[in-house]
Amino acid sequence: MSERELLRCVNLKKYFETPGGMLHAVDDVSFVINEGKTLGVVGESGCGKSTLGRAILRLLQPTDGQVIFEGVDITHIPMKEMLKLRREMQIIFQDPFSSLDPKMTVYKIIEEPLRIHRVFNNKKERAERVAELMDIVGLDRRYVDTYPHELDGGRRQRIGVARALALNPKFIICDEPVSALDVSIQAQILNLMMDLKDQYGLTYIFITHDLSVVKHISDDILVLYLGKMVEMADSDRIFENPLHPYTKALLSAIPVPDISYKGKEAEVMRGEVTSPIEPPPGCRFAARCDLATERCLTETPEFIEVEAGHHVACHLFQKS
Amino acid sequence: MSNKILEIKNLSVQYTTDKIVSHAVNNIDLSIEKGEVLGLVGETGAGKTTTALAIMGLLPRYISTVTGEINFKGENLIGLNEKKYRSIRGSQISMIFQDPMTSLNPVFKVGEQIGDVIKFHNRKLHSHEIADKVDEILNLVGIPPDRKNEYPHQFSGGMKQRVMIAIAIACNPDLLIADEPTTALDVTIQAQVIKMMRALQKDLGSSVLLITHDLGIVANFCDKVAIMYAGEIVEAGTLEDIFDKSRDHHPYTVGLFGSLPNILERTDRLEPIKGLTPHPSELPEGCKFHPRCPHCMPICQAGDNPAKATSGTHVIQCHLFNKEKSL
Repeated sequence: MSERELLRCVNLKKYFETPGGMLHAVDDVSFVINEGKTLGVVGESGCGKSTLGRAILRLLQPTDGQVIFEGVDITHIPMKEMLKLRREMQIIFQDPFSSLDPKMTVYKIIEEPLRIHRVFNNKKERAERVAELMDIVGLDRRYVDTYPHELDGGRRQRIGVARALALNPKFIICDEPVSALDVSIQAQILNLMMDLKDQYGLTYIFITHDLSVVKHISDDILVLYLGKMVEMADSDRIFENPLHPYTKALLSAIPVPDISYKGKEAEVMRGEVTSPIEPPPGCRFAARCDLATERCLTETPEFIEVEAGHHVACHLFQKS
Repeated sequence: MSNKILEIKNLSVQYTTDKIVSHAVNNIDLSIEKGEVLGLVGETGAGKTTTALAIMGLLPRYISTVTGEINFKGENLIGLNEKKYRSIRGSQISMIFQDPMTSLNPVFKVGEQIGDVIKFHNRKLHSHEIADKVDEILNLVGIPPDRKNEYPHQFSGGMKQRVMIAIAIACNPDLLIADEPTTALDVTIQAQVIKMMRALQKDLGSSVLLITHDLGIVANFCDKVAIMYAGEIVEAGTLEDIFDKSRDHHPYTVGLFGSLPNILERTDRLEPIKGLTPHPSELPEGCKFHPRCPHCMPICQAGDNPAKATSGTHVIQCHLFNKEKSL
């Protein structure tokens, strides 16, 4: 696979106006994804990971910064052109229960993008493509005329995947695609997504709160905290040598299904996520960090490369 | 007298609606001893919550049929009259519900909601005694007592779940049922809540029935485990019995572990269980797991359930381990 750059975000920001002030949902996020790679975006609720996904697709207009797709700055192109670009950029949503129109049959749902983008001229070709897509995602063709409510979560998420694949996109944002599913079904969908990636050379941004899922599927991992980039490195390095105190805490918080870990008291992070509305200067994690110093409360740490390919935003790793 | 706080024998629950009969729980046996934590593991629709509601006596009366025995401290709870049940519920057995966002009453202050439980079970207490008790419990669950005059919407998800736990432990129950207590929470908050529950469980000496789908939490918190599938307990034993990979396991248990992405090692493919959980109104003949089982034999496809193969504390309900093959 060539190392060709597919998507680049430069200082991407998305703020929301609230009665309490500006809510910094995504604050200064920059990264590059090469073709055929998967970037895992990890963080807890409210860290801005879904907003990031939506801002990249311009389902939400970014407040500032740039999104560059295949060398073209798409941040301000007219919506009409953006719609054309959505053939290349698709999204799979978190909740297969609310992201499918309950009044449309499986056929209609998968056919819709084909119809909107006028990919085929006649119905017969569209029907063939829908049937083909259903085979690809492992959805039995007999469900073609059923409604989403008749199907279970796993099958519904397969519809979501088929819909995203319909236009042969290059790039798919997967926004927590398996978090609403049971573990055995979750594993089926994850395997499916990895097979599709290999088969069609897809590039993913995989948004999730579940680090064990992300380890499984990603080449690189980006950790977000309150809209800020905290740490980014390749997947193995994040797990073997996490640097940022938040990444460490996040990793140690995962319950491991192995009894040799029983009783081994994990370091439990104190406190809760602070408000993203008008955040004070300094490191956003400082309030929960055991290693925080005076400097962390006043000065925002820069996101720097501490070793080749390993970026972190923490004063501990910055030369003063 | 045995140390068993709870002993369930042959419990079955059926829901009957207009057209269909759903077999939610089928002939399960469970027992929890004093101070023990039992993890009940299974996927959506396995009958975990139904089991919990049956113990609490909270099943919808007109559509559910409960048979078998639920012995709590030697007394069978099935068929107990409502007045008697109310005196047990909340004081001797209490439950932490899954979703703290919807389980608290939005129009009452959290202090009142905790105080209500204490008042109901201790009619003679003065209001200032109740207030003291509320403060004490809030401290126990790590909430500053001066927040007792706030409403649930002023609390974060993790804090709300602490309030739920405070309500559940307000009367020092002998048995605490926790139904997916941390599923709705973020991992770091989940770690805080689990740590607190473990400390409380040790201090209070309560027995806990922990319902979860997360084997990681089970490994952290439980002494015994029961794996539930399609309303049956397919495998049960001590933590070591279930988590030791070198021992025999029910194919469903193997599938559950295979489905988990492991953060300790990198694998290229997960090994999920093929197919889907059957609907409780259309359970297959024979072993309920046979349509999805990689080791399915002719004997599995018809007749009754496989017999239980027992070795010490470890029980597996599967034909693979019967008769000639001793565990």
